[in-house]
Amino acid sequence: MAQEADVISLSVNGRTQQVDVPPDTPLLWVIREQLGLTGTKYGCGAALCGACTVHLDGAAVRSCAVPVSAAANRPITTIEGLSATGEHPVQKAWTEVDVPQCGFCQPGQIMSAVALLANTGSPTDAEIDAAMAGNICRCGTYQRIRAAIHLAAALQKGGRR
Amino acid sequence: MTPRISRRTLLKGTLAAGAGLVVGFPLAGRSRALAQTPAVFAPNQWIRIDRDGVVTIVNSVPEMGQGSMTTTTMILADELDVPIDQVRIEQAPANPDLYKNPVTGSQSYGGSRGVRDHYPTWRKAAAAARTMLQQAAANRWGVPVESTETEPGAVVHKPSGRRLAYAQLVDEAQTLPVPQNPKLKTPDQFRYIGKMVKRRDTPDKITGRGIYGMDVVVPGMLVASIERCPVLRGKVKSFDATATKRIPGVRDVVQVTNGVAVVADSFWTALQGRRALKVQWDEGALAQVSSPAIAKEYERLSKQPGQAARNDGDAEKALGAGGKVIEAVYQVPFLEHACMEPMNATAHVTKDACTVWAPTQNPGGTLATAMRLTGLPKEKVTVHTTLLGGGFGRRGEQDFIVDAVEVAKAVGAPVKVMWTREDDITHGFYRPSTYNVFRAALGPDGKPTAWHNRIVGPGLLIQKGRSPDYQIDGAAVEGARNMPYDIPNLRVEFVNKDFGVPLGFWRSVGASQNGFIVESFIDEVAHAAGKDPFEFRRDLLGKSPRHKAVLELAATKANWGAPLPPGRGRGIAVVFSYNSYMATVAEVSVAPDGLVRVHRFVSAIDAGLAVNPDQVKAQVEGGSVYGLTATLYGQITVDRGRVQQSNFNDYPMLRINEMPVVEVHILDSGEALGGLGEPGVPTVAPAVCNAVFAATGKRIRTLPIDRNELRKA
Repeated sequence: MAQEADVISLSVNGRTQQVDVPPDTPLLWVIREQLGLTGTKYGCGAALCGACTVHLDGAAVRSCAVPVSAAANRPITTIEGLSATGEHPVQKAWTEVDVPQCGFCQPGQIMSAVALLANTGSPTDAEIDAAMAGNICRCGTYQRIRAAIHLAAALQKGGRR
Repeated sequence: MTPRISRRTLLKGTLAAGAGLVVGFPLAGRSRALAQTPAVFAPNQWIRIDRDGVVTIVNSVPEMGQGSMTTTTMILADELDVPIDQVRIEQAPANPDLYKNPVTGSQSYGGSRGVRDHYPTWRKAAAAARTMLQQAAANRWGVPVESTETEPGAVVHKPSGRRLAYAQLVDEAQTLPVPQNPKLKTPDQFRYIGKMVKRRDTPDKITGRGIYGMDVVVPGMLVASIERCPVLRGKVKSFDATATKRIPGVRDVVQVTNGVAVVADSFWTALQGRRALKVQWDEGALAQVSSPAIAKEYERLSKQPGQAARNDGDAEKALGAGGKVIEAVYQVPFLEHACMEPMNATAHVTKDACTVWAPTQNPGGTLATAMRLTGLPKEKVTVHTTLLGGGFGRRGEQDFIVDAVEVAKAVGAPVKVMWTREDDITHGFYRPSTYNVFRAALGPDGKPTAWHNRIVGPGLLIQKGRSPDYQIDGAAVEGARNMPYDIPNLRVEFVNKDFGVPLGFWRSVGASQNGFIVESFIDEVAHAAGKDPFEFRRDLLGKSPRHKAVLELAATKANWGAPLPPGRGRGIAVVFSYNSYMATVAEVSVAPDGLVRVHRFVSAIDAGLAVNPDQVKAQVEGGSVYGLTATLYGQITVDRGRVQQSNFNDYPMLRINEMPVVEVHILDSGEALGGLGEPGVPTVAPAVCNAVFAATGKRIRTLPIDRNELRKA
């Protein structure tokens, strides 16, 4: 049974908003339906596919498995908050390699990749595999994802110099 | 204002596009409305140019990841001669009069048909538009049209150095007749076709801006989720929604064809509502059907003769002639598509209008479904095709459209009906499971003298009413009856046995499973003959030069025959599907615990002409993953009519840590165009299983691979 609605304060992409939803509602649905940010996708509802990946306190989490109450007053970043123009190094690399096919999983893939590169500047293939294994791509773009992450790592380094 | 386009002329082309087909293409011209707004040059339904020089190309093929938005645009922009990066792309409305596939006659996209079926039509349409612009410039300059040429976005007259942008010719071009046989570019004049062009949909797909069906938002929209009978094809007997209706945010509960819909303010609330429902089901006949019984009945039927799908020479006689006989049984399971975006659609139905927003491969079918359910004429029904989060054949079906239109009609507000992943996997349209018996005979020279293949399983086309049940089901024998090896006595039979599990077109359809069985068994025959599997195949492909060419290319690029590290094996396969030829070499190792690791695929594909080579590679890369998932994991089983898998925990997908290197080599043969969405799949399972045999000596005859059978004792 749904719990009573509650006013919860969410900080998404640098903007604080109040939402009035049952506290057990998964963060995913609040982001998509209450905040209207539809770049974050639903794929499984069970933290099995990664389509709903967002950053919570800078870490990649599956928003379908995070109750909205647990995300209150903590910084959340969605695909829309990564860059206004698609100019984040990871997005640039994704464009350069032409990664997406259907593209449905790609916001989640990109959010996982950004979190990986924030911690590991130049990941090996094995580190990429470990960090990205939670994100399913049914179109099979994995080879390009690996290439794009290596490229993004190079772009990020170049940018810092 | 967007000009309304209507059909004006019918160009009767004699474009050769398959046996005996005369492709007529309706070139929609200037309607009365357009004549009053001459600011737009709209010579046909795919192209518009306005006075500001904005070129709009209408993409009539749904974008499901195969890159139609880019490829369609490349072909039209090249022949029209406009800069591709400045073209606006619009998704076509559902309007089969204008946008039906000229070969199939319906506005539905499957069968890897997007490019190959439209290529001549689009080129002719764009060439006609370009010729009209050239004529308009020639008229203004008072020079013969033949003395003009184009550069991107402009007509030029080189002798006098004059130049007019297309934008400046819009009004005049619009008054000219549409040429019936415009001169096409020669391949050396192509600016985009055959070159690597970046996908046009990438910017929207990496920023979250792209709108998939699930992302549609309509003012006043409600969200619904449908409780479906756990038994396939079961129906609602009765239901009690008392507890559901008490949940804040639940707006309505309505019975529809596919179950009981809970309509709410949000998806999460709708799900809570579903949990509180009490539904009595009429489970129907499938409640008596379970996978083990299906397999047992297939086996029984496999001992009886089937209908002959092909019969060369006398296979029975040759099998009894005293040579070495090889026999094997191959089995493949039901499979679900598992598009990343679960099924969904949005609809708004009023007394006199219906609008549907859907991630559909079948806009024409969606239009027909909406008309049927609302009783409205086609002028009152609008279908918006969104981006598709995967298609793979699943999204040609109408069930999710029926959901949205029925619920929207019942509640009178716009409604988005969304499926859960569990709904998606348990209520799919499954790739048929089959049971396949093979026998082959070898002559004294080690060459096969006979091949006998009996396929037992449900006919997909028969179940869907597209083929009468007294005929051979074309999908069931696709890839088996047209196997390419030159064997004098060859018989392929089909036994139709359908238990009623809903069937669907699963990426590469019959070729997905028959590619596996044929290419695995020919491997067995090669080994029985003591021959190298590549050389054995090549020697039997004398009558199939395009098969042979891709087989040789893949083998060469994979260094076939070169030594491998210990524990590794190579396997090879070649399959024709959707007018394309594809060969794959797989390199695998098998761990002591039976875990199969695929290290590398080297593939060669001949799709005639590679319009966008990088996207040809992308489709083969994608097909490799789709095929490998099925080889290693894919299996849908049924217990008393209930699908036993439900999410990615029990219906797993290949993940990045299991991704092999995929190397793709394109063979541009200059032949008629082939498809690309599907041909990347069928070679994968046999190449992998043949490589497993090479590495371990164990032959995989049932998919998915059971690692327990490969475990070292």
